[in-house]
Amino acid sequence: MVELRLPRNSTVGKGKTFPAPAGAKNVKTFKVYRWSPDDGKNPVIDSYDLDLDTIGPMVLDAIIHIKNEVDPTLTFRRSCREGICGSCAMNIDGENTLACLKPIKDIQGDVRIYPLPHMPIVKDLVSNLDGAYAQLRSIQPWMQADSAPPPDGERRQSIEERAKLDGMWECILCFCCTTSCPSYWWNGDKYLGPAVLLAAHRWIADSRDEHTGERLDALEDTFKLYACRTIMNCTQTCPKGLNPAKAIGRIKELQIERKV
Amino acid sequence: MNASVPHIEVMRSQLGRARGLGAGHSGVGHWWAERVSAASLLPLSTWFVVQMFRLGGADHAEVVKWGGKPVNATMLAALIITTFYHAQVGLQVIVDDYVHGKAHLPTRLLIKIGTSLMGLLGVFAVIKLVVRSGSGK
Repeated sequence: MVELRLPRNSTVGKGKTFPAPAGAKNVKTFKVYRWSPDDGKNPVIDSYDLDLDTIGPMVLDAIIHIKNEVDPTLTFRRSCREGICGSCAMNIDGENTLACLKPIKDIQGDVRIYPLPHMPIVKDLVSNLDGAYAQLRSIQPWMQADSAPPPDGERRQSIEERAKLDGMWECILCFCCTTSCPSYWWNGDKYLGPAVLLAAHRWIADSRDEHTGERLDALEDTFKLYACRTIMNCTQTCPKGLNPAKAIGRIKELQIERKV
Repeated sequence: MNASVPHIEVMRSQLGRARGLGAGHSGVGHWWAERVSAASLLPLSTWFVVQMFRLGGADHAEVVKWGGKPVNATMLAALIITTFYHAQVGLQVIVDDYVHGKAHLPTRLLIKIGTSLMGLLGVFAVIKLVVRSGSGK
């Protein structure tokens, strides 16, 4: 039935406080979610006071500073630090985004940093995305065509056909959108979520793909596709400025077009 | 068995879980029905509100006479059927979102039966209006 409160072992407590270095003038507090699978304790919020004059401009810079200089036990994912790998997706100031693209100065007051919502936690800011990755694989995100490709080159597309993929190929699969979606929180085991549906539409819209019908068949389900309630959190939160809600709407249009 | 090794209940692969039972090949009709019934309710409800203002202050006999006219009775029946049909498909969505596990199927049946009976009751009330005004009472 409806879950109105967190399970007892998920209740978040107060953690340690790390004061700013002596002489710091431009201090901001970072409140970071901490949980370890090893000690059997509840999650806590650790508080780090950092001197903004000594670190870079982005939230990821602050987190890396914490790990390097303040508290090496802090665990998080990061790689490219320029918004193309999707590793540092987390919930910052109440919104899912990439830590590397989020300027600290855009945040009023304390900077609250949590892992992506409603996913199992591996440790601290690292959420387990295995389920979402498997859902992506289930929609077969690769080209499927029965016609043989030209022997002397690649499959060709017109400029107009290629333009239809804009706004979709840019997705870096950080799953900020999927984990911001209440419908995915409620039925994430069955609903595919916005990131995966955007990926599905990327192949449905690809002129070179010949399995459009099979793709629509595989999505035609009360939950897989239709658990989308057009809440639009996905589009609002996407750190790449993409519009998964529009892609989902387009899939629904195509389902209608071939049936009604 | 080693007691220190935690028992794992689900060992099915993530892909197996993601594919689940496969697509049910339904949902388009439901989604479309939600939209079409919502759009139909706009003119029907507007008509009803206008009629209610026109009938303001009317006595019982006048209202019965109004409801017995074929056009009014048709519109009333259409409004009632569409309203409860829309409630049915809409409430199903809410149940899908919030009711999980064993309670899901019975709750959905309850919604179906409840909205159908209420709609039926409304339609029979309209029929009664028609019969009454037809018999001149």
